[in-house]
Order: sequence, then structure tokens, then C-alpha cells
Amino acid sequence: MASAAAGSLPRYVLIRVLLVVPMMWVLLTIVFLLLRVAPGDPVTAAVGDKLSPEALESRRAALGLDRPLVVQYLEYLGRVAQLDFGRTISDNRPVLEIIKNQGGATLTLTLGAFLFALLIALPLGRLAGRHRDTALDAVIRIFGVVSYAAPIFWVGILLVLFVITFVPSWPTFGIASAETEFYVPDRTGIILVDAILANDSASVVDVLQHHVLPCFTLGLLLSGVIIRLVRVNVIQSLKDDYVEAARARGIPERRVVRKHAFRNALVPVITVIGLQFALTLSGAILTERTFNWPGLGNELVAYVTARDYVAVQGLVTFFAVAVVVVSVAVDVLNALVDPRVRY
Amino acid sequence: MRRSLRTIWQTRGLARYLLVAGVVMTAAFVVLAVFAPWIAPYDFAQNTTDAGERLPKLAPPSGEHWLGTNDQFYDIWSRVVWGARTALQVVLLSVFLSALVGVPLGLLSGFTGGWPDRVMVFLMDALYSFPSLLLAIVFSFLLRSAVGGGVLAAALALTAVYIPQYFRVVRNTTVSAREATYVEAARALGARPFTIMRKYLFGNVVQSVPVIGTLNAADALGTLAALGFLGLGIQPTEAAEWGYDLSRALDDTSAGAWWPALFPGLAIILLITALTLVGEGLNETLNPALRRRRLQPVRFTALAREGGAR
Repeated sequence: MASAAAGSLPRYVLIRVLLVVPMMWVLLTIVFLLLRVAPGDPVTAAVGDKLSPEALESRRAALGLDRPLVVQYLEYLGRVAQLDFGRTISDNRPVLEIIKNQGGATLTLTLGAFLFALLIALPLGRLAGRHRDTALDAVIRIFGVVSYAAPIFWVGILLVLFVITFVPSWPTFGIASAETEFYVPDRTGIILVDAILANDSASVVDVLQHHVLPCFTLGLLLSGVIIRLVRVNVIQSLKDDYVEAARARGIPERRVVRKHAFRNALVPVITVIGLQFALTLSGAILTERTFNWPGLGNELVAYVTARDYVAVQGLVTFFAVAVVVVSVAVDVLNALVDPRVRY
Repeated sequence: MRRSLRTIWQTRGLARYLLVAGVVMTAAFVVLAVFAPWIAPYDFAQNTTDAGERLPKLAPPSGEHWLGTNDQFYDIWSRVVWGARTALQVVLLSVFLSALVGVPLGLLSGFTGGWPDRVMVFLMDALYSFPSLLLAIVFSFLLRSAVGGGVLAAALALTAVYIPQYFRVVRNTTVSAREATYVEAARALGARPFTIMRKYLFGNVVQSVPVIGTLNAADALGTLAALGFLGLGIQPTEAAEWGYDLSRALDDTSAGAWWPALFPGLAIILLITALTLVGEGLNETLNPALRRRRLQPVRFTALAREGGAR
């Protein structure tokens, strides 16, 4: 801020990207310390009842668990830098393969959820902010609080019950019907993209239908936060001088809200969407379990239940990397949109 | 205490009523939790009547079983009541423990400054940026072998998740309060660092803790239920837990049974809403930046008396 040169966009982006390194390092160290310094032997915990003592010992050596902790730590950092997240103990799969196969389902689920969240939250937040302290405001705020407070899996179960009762033919679990999964060739790991690439309209419709319920459920959770934010921002920008100036020029109130106050209230939404990525990830894990969605969250829970340290470590590491990458991407995007954001 | 009650009452708009509604709802759950053995007709893991007769499986709500029974032959009303006890135990314990660790840590870190402060902030921010459910999953995964799958394990897992929030708030207020004139005056009088922290900073810094505490309690309750739903929380043999009951109810949806899912979920949502209302209400009435005061009727006698007292 001190000099004019300090405020340039490329400089900001460069600093932000360089800051990834320490942030990533701290998160990875935390993950390593939590999962490797924990008491108990990972191999015994996962497959101790299935293998002989000699076989367990060789597994341990293969995983490098017999080496000093510092060596293990450095090796771990080195492997993560090469995007190698290890091999699971319980079924000997590379974690990266799990991410490639299952990550697509989680990705389309979250993207769809954001779409629903924005569709619900932007109009409602604007209405509540415009009509502050009226009955409408109260109703919308209660909706916001409740949709945030309601356990996402409970909302999911109720929606399933509702759909089963009134639209029995609508799919309520999984990402695609058995025929679609059989006929659509796997190319990208994202079944929606595969179906489009295969140019098979029936499959595309089928996959989209499967997406509606889970995405809507996760979207409701996110909309609670966005409603609150948009409402507060609209209230604040309605007090600003430039809005007052617009009113003074005789512009009708509806147009003042839509063209002047609302637009500026949207900028922080980008930031918050980024901050909500962590919440989205938590919500996605629960949504996947509710709808039997073949994503990373379900895999994580399965490996936690199997007490597979390496798989849990690998997946949690991947989530940590994703959190860091998204936070940087959002900051850069924010700097592009809002010229006031600079170092 | 009386002064803060008056502050609450003099606030304009919805905030006051939201706060009162939240307090009343929370109190109702506390009653359920405390008097669970007398309110619930059955024990939390009891699937036979006292005469030894088995309860019906998946019976819809009736006069006999107010909220029906679930697929494990449990009476759902009893499970909901006992679940309130579990939920409040875990949440109280975890909020208390995380404040106990987070507040002194934040105070110390903010007051000391320098590189230890930098390191702590970096560490806590990293933890904070992590998805809370993921952290809770990792901690309960690790605690399972050490502490088992009971109320204590769940509370400890949640404690670890929420420490950074107290740390951040307390540390930031400490940093801004550290340079205030009254602290400088204390230092000039020769007060030792510990005395400054305890007598001068603590009272000023701790004010935001009740608000974070109640909002955290609401969040912790959701995380607890989520852990239970994923089968990673409190084990069914240890206590009744709403999230676990919902994971069982998931399998009954295809049969069209709605009552095992509806009631535990309603309990969760009501308690979370209640705690959120208390937290938001406190925030909007106690936080001078958000608060909008009502116009008070001017009473000259009262004014005169107050002026005299001063």
C-alpha cells in the first residue's frame, strides 16, 4: 500500500501463490504428525487379523514404517510433492487412483450444489435485506438459520422419503442407473462428462436426474450462509453515500436496489464461497453417505472404518491440498474482480 | 449481570425476541436431559417392556409409543429424550474444554507477541482452514484406540476442532488491548506480565467468549450428529445418539417409514436453532456495532436519581 507500484495485480498474484508453500507445509506437517505419531501400529490395525506376523513385518518394511520418523516425514513431503499419496494397506490400491476414479463424482456434486445454492440464496438474500425487520425478513432469516442448522443428512433423508412417496420413478441414490454405468465408457472419471462425450442423450438425462436430489440437498446447506451474507451486504450498501446519491437523482427504489446496492453486495460472496469450501467438503462427505454417492467422502469413511492409516492419510492429505489450492484461487479471482484487493 | 440484562432489553428490533425464544427452547432440552430417567418411558437401550415382552419393530406413532419404534425395537421417544442428555453432555464438555485451552493460549500468544505468536497464529489458522468434519473424523479415528467410543472420546474430538476459534478471537482482542492506555498505566505501575494478563486483559478479552461459545455449541452439536451418522461417533452401546439413529433410519426410507428419521432430526434441528438464536441474540444485543437501541421513555426522576448516585 505504501507506494503505487506495490498495488499491482501481478505482484499480488505472485505473493499469494508463493504463500501456498508455507501454508501447504504446515497443513501437511499437521496431517503427518496426527496420523503417524499416533499410538498403535497402522498395519496391525488394518490387517492384523488377516496376515501372519512375518507378512505383517514385510508390509511394515514396505511402507517404510520401520525407519526413523524424520526420514518418514521427509519421504512423505517428497512423495506428496510428486502427487503420490501412497498405497492403501487394506486393499493395496494407490490413493491417487482412488482420487482419479472417485473424485469426479465429488466434483460434480459440489459444483451442482453451488449452482442450486446461488439460485436459492441470491434472490432471497436481496429480498430480506431490502425489507429489513419486516415479517418477510424474519421468515427468510429463519429459513437461512434452519437450512444451516438442519443436519444435511436429515434433509436428505426427508427429501428421499418425499420423492419416494410422490415420484416413485425418480432415482434417489447412486450417480447413475446400472445400464448407464455399463454402457458409458470411462474416459475422464467424471461420468457426466463421459456421457456427454459418448453422445448418449439418454445417459446424460439419467446422470443429471441422479444429480438433482444430492446437489439440491447440499445446495440448501450452502444457501443458508449466502443468504445471511447477501442480506447484510445489501443492508450495508443501501446505507452508502453512492446509493443515497442514486436515490437523490430520483431513481426508483427498485432500480436502486437492483443496479446499485445489489451488485456491490455480490463481491464478498465470491470470497465467502471460497471460505465455504471447507463447509462444502464436510457437507459433501455427509451427502455422499446419504445418497450412496460414489465419491471421495464415502471412500474416506470406508477406510476410516477399516482403520487403514495410509488410505486415511492419503485422502486427508489430498483434501488439505485442495483446501489450499481453492483458497488461493479464490483470492486471485477476488483480486481480479475487486481492484481494492492488493498487497 | 443486571446491566447486561438491561442492555439486552433496550435493544430494538427482533434481536430481543430471538434471544428469549432461544433461551426458552434450550431450557426445554436441558429439562429433558436432566430428567431423562423420569421422562423417558424406556431406557435408551431397552427393547423389551419391563415384563420382558419385546417391543414392536418399526411401529408407527401411536398412544403406546408416541413417536413409534425403530428397526432395533427401540422406543423412539425414549431415544430422543436420552439423546438430549448425550448431546448436552458432549457439547458442554467440548465447549468448556476448548475454551479452557483456547482462551489462555490466545491471551498468552497475543500478549507475548514475537515469533512464538507468529507460529501459533499460523498453526491455528491452518487448523481453522481445515474442514471441521474432516478434522473431527481424523481425531475420532485417532482417539478410538486410546479413549474408546464413548461420550468422552466424542467430546475430545470436538474440543480439538474448536480450539482455534477461541484462540483467534482472544488473541486478536488481546493484541489490540495490549497497547491501550490502561495497560500501559499498569505496566508503568510495575505490574508483572501475569498480573496484567489476569487482572487487566482477561476481563476485557473474555467478553466475546459467551457468543462464540453458544455458536460453537450449535456447530459442535451438528458435528457430533454427523460423526454419529457416519458411524464414527459415539458407539450405540455407550449412549443414545441422534445422529446414529438417523443412520439407522436411512435404511428404512425405502420401506416408506418416516418416523425413525423425522423425530431425531427434529430434535437436532430444534436444539441447534435454539443455541444459534441464543448466540446471535447475544451478539446483536451485546455487540455495540450491531446493536440498535430502542428509544427510551425519558423519566426525569430516574435520571435525577442516577445522576445523584454518580
